Amino acid sequence: MTVTEIGKALTGNRLYDGEVVFLTRTGIWSETIDAAAVALEPLSQAALEKRGEAAVANNQVTEAYLIDVERRNGRVRAQHIRERIRALGPTVRQDLGKQSDGTGGGFAAHA
Amino acid sequence: MYRYDEFDHRFVAERVAQFRDQAERRLSGELTEEEFKPLRLMNGLYLQLHAYMLRVAIPYGTLSARQMRRLADVADKYDRGYGHFTTRQNIQYNWIKLEETANLLAELSEVEMHAIQTSGNCIRNVTTDHWAGAAADELADPRPVAELLRQWSTLHPEFSFLPRKFKIAVTGAPNDRAAVKVHDIGLRMHANDKGEHGWEVIVGGGLGRTPLIGFTVRNFLPEADLLTYLEAIMRVYNLHGRRDNKYKARIKILVHELGEENFRAEVEAEFNRQTKLDVEVEQHELERISAYFAAPDFEVLPKRSADYEIAFARNPDFAQWVRSNIAAHRRDGYAIVNISLKPEGGIPGDATSDQMRSIADLADRFSFDEIRVSHHQNLVLPHVKQDDLYKVWKVLRANDLATANIGAAGDIIACPGLDYCTLATARSIPIAQTISRRFADLNRQHEIGPLRINISGCINACGHHHVGHIGILGLEKKGVEYYQITLGGSSATDASIGTILGPGFSGDEVPDAIETIVKTYLDVRKGGDETFLDVIRRAGHAPFKEALYAPAQRQ
Amino acid sequence: MPLLKDSEIIADTWLRLEDNASVPATGDIIVPFARLLAEFGKLSKRRGRVGIEFPNAERAEVLESFLPALSLVALPFPKFADGRAYSQARQLRQLGFAGELRASGDVLPDQLAFMLEVGFDTFEITTRFSPDIWRRTAQGLSLSYQPVKQQKRLHVWRERQLRGERSCRA
Repeated sequence: MTVTEIGKALTGNRLYDGEVVFLTRTGIWSETIDAAAVALEPLSQAALEKRGEAAVANNQVTEAYLIDVERRNGRVRAQHIRERIRALGPTVRQDLGKQSDGTGGGFAAHA
Repeated sequence: MYRYDEFDHRFVAERVAQFRDQAERRLSGELTEEEFKPLRLMNGLYLQLHAYMLRVAIPYGTLSARQMRRLADVADKYDRGYGHFTTRQNIQYNWIKLEETANLLAELSEVEMHAIQTSGNCIRNVTTDHWAGAAADELADPRPVAELLRQWSTLHPEFSFLPRKFKIAVTGAPNDRAAVKVHDIGLRMHANDKGEHGWEVIVGGGLGRTPLIGFTVRNFLPEADLLTYLEAIMRVYNLHGRRDNKYKARIKILVHELGEENFRAEVEAEFNRQTKLDVEVEQHELERISAYFAAPDFEVLPKRSADYEIAFARNPDFAQWVRSNIAAHRRDGYAIVNISLKPEGGIPGDATSDQMRSIADLADRFSFDEIRVSHHQNLVLPHVKQDDLYKVWKVLRANDLATANIGAAGDIIACPGLDYCTLATARSIPIAQTISRRFADLNRQHEIGPLRINISGCINACGHHHVGHIGILGLEKKGVEYYQITLGGSSATDASIGTILGPGFSGDEVPDAIETIVKTYLDVRKGGDETFLDVIRRAGHAPFKEALYAPAQRQ
Repeated sequence: MPLLKDSEIIADTWLRLEDNASVPATGDIIVPFARLLAEFGKLSKRRGRVGIEFPNAERAEVLESFLPALSLVALPFPKFADGRAYSQARQLRQLGFAGELRASGDVLPDQLAFMLEVGFDTFEITTRFSPDIWRRTAQGLSLSYQPVKQQKRLHVWRERQLRGERSCRA
């Protein structure tokens, strides 16, 4: 049975190269949205946000914020088109960005 | 073209070193993001959706072949093999790393280029007529003054922390191709009875949230007073411009709130108070700069070239390209070649590194080593012999650079939009692509005639939608993109701000809506000479509203 | 709060008086501009120098008649990105003020060079940055394109003209 989980993930841009990254369960920052930790309820979302503040303070990312996502079959999809474009790459250059090597959940950013 | 001397080289080298130091302090955590952000912006470095974006200055849109080759090399080495030419005559790279930026800037400095003040609340890259020094209608080449302004505005200690960004455009021709009426300051050259040149100073134009046409604060400012007068304007703005709300911080709002007469009085009072800047030094510098812009060694040629006319008669594709992409040159036997960066279905303003190199080669061989960037996001070879046009066209065509659509429906201005930009509320490029495909038939484009379609992906209006004959503004409601259409804008001599036609459209509906608008124009016009803009100005929005919205209402 | 002058930390001999604080009989004091207007007679008779803190919203011209009596004008930077004090500094120098111009508020190393150029002499700074960074940022650029009167750097246009003249004579 396919279960869709609705929650929030923590994202930011890496300081040294600007790459879009997502915080994982193990506390490292991954370039792939599928690896993102998805917090389902307010308490764990607040905990994610706290870790974001720490990551900004120690200069891993320039800014960190929560985004709305859904997880299905191990893939994670951002709800808002802006975040899907960040997670995948420009819709007008599908040869570029994370989408170009198949990472990013197989969702078309504009769909 | 202007060339750096030892001082310019030293200045830029020191600036690169300064930025390297700032970036290192940021990477080590010594500077916070809040502190570093204005510093990196003053060097054109943004953080966009996918990576850092670097905007490189192309002062007044003029490039040499060597500079263009370096831009291509930078695209390959530090980016992903392409660059995006902007409405400010600059180039942007989309996939830049902070840790590599100082090295990139050092490579640019070797070819006399930099990214100074391509962002931030300071005086931005000075723009001008992309046909400067070549156009048949020009009074004088505005680029010496543009270069003087570049130097004067570079890291100006008084004006580096203005209330908001500040854009200056200069034109030396009666037909305004530099959009001087929609800039913070627009300078337009005039001649008096004695044949001396002076400047009409237009202040307070601009697009963005509050689009306004500028007003003339001085009709004829003597050349020698130019910098002192500009400093007076800048000072009034720096001291009294609003800093409480970034959307009300541009000089146009100050002009609006004070009223034109009060604003003028403030500027004149400040101008009279100013100890005149060192006018003798300034004039010496202007003369020194002007020498670099002496006309190239044009040959004396007949008015018409036989080779060119034969090719024109024999090859309809070439003829079509000539009719739409070639403009009159001031010298007999020469032509201005406009290179369209708007192929069918392409991304407006994007060029690959290979395309950049091919254009550099053409400039070397056929255009006295000169290339221009236009604020329509196209490129220009300003000085091509008519004899060489056919050869140039063949090379351009082989590189997908010969689309015959300059000034026509396919020549769309579009900002990067939500595909790249953090500020965007909707995508603009896909809209440009679908419209461009819809109007792919060049014969049809030429039948329609001059048509300026401008698309912005947010209210900040980088795609200049307010001054498009047809303007398209991308917005968002509950995560869904939609597009508002304006009609009747123009950035030319008779500048005007377009007004909203009616309710917005989804992205899928936009091409049909544009199609309907164009069909309506063709129905309503009184012959081929009456352009799209003429019809809007004569007949207003009514026929277009009727065609677009009435059918839905009747249903 | 440390005071920076010529890239060195120096002792601050000035006493800042708030709105209601009583005026000491001697010593150098900095008073708010409003107090200067209200108590100019009294302030100008005391022994010791007088300086003021001048708000960004005031026009420099209103200070013109007071300038000969003032030894110091402090201009605040409420935020480093609020650049009004740069214009005020140049205006005061153009009005002939030769006393000490002091920058206060959000004064950071990366704006120091601009402040020096428009005529500031002293800087109220925090201890967050090392003296070495202040020295480096003050000297980062050796050239300037602007014909600013208080210039600390070499003015490019003037240098070019001088060189042109020298090579003409040679």
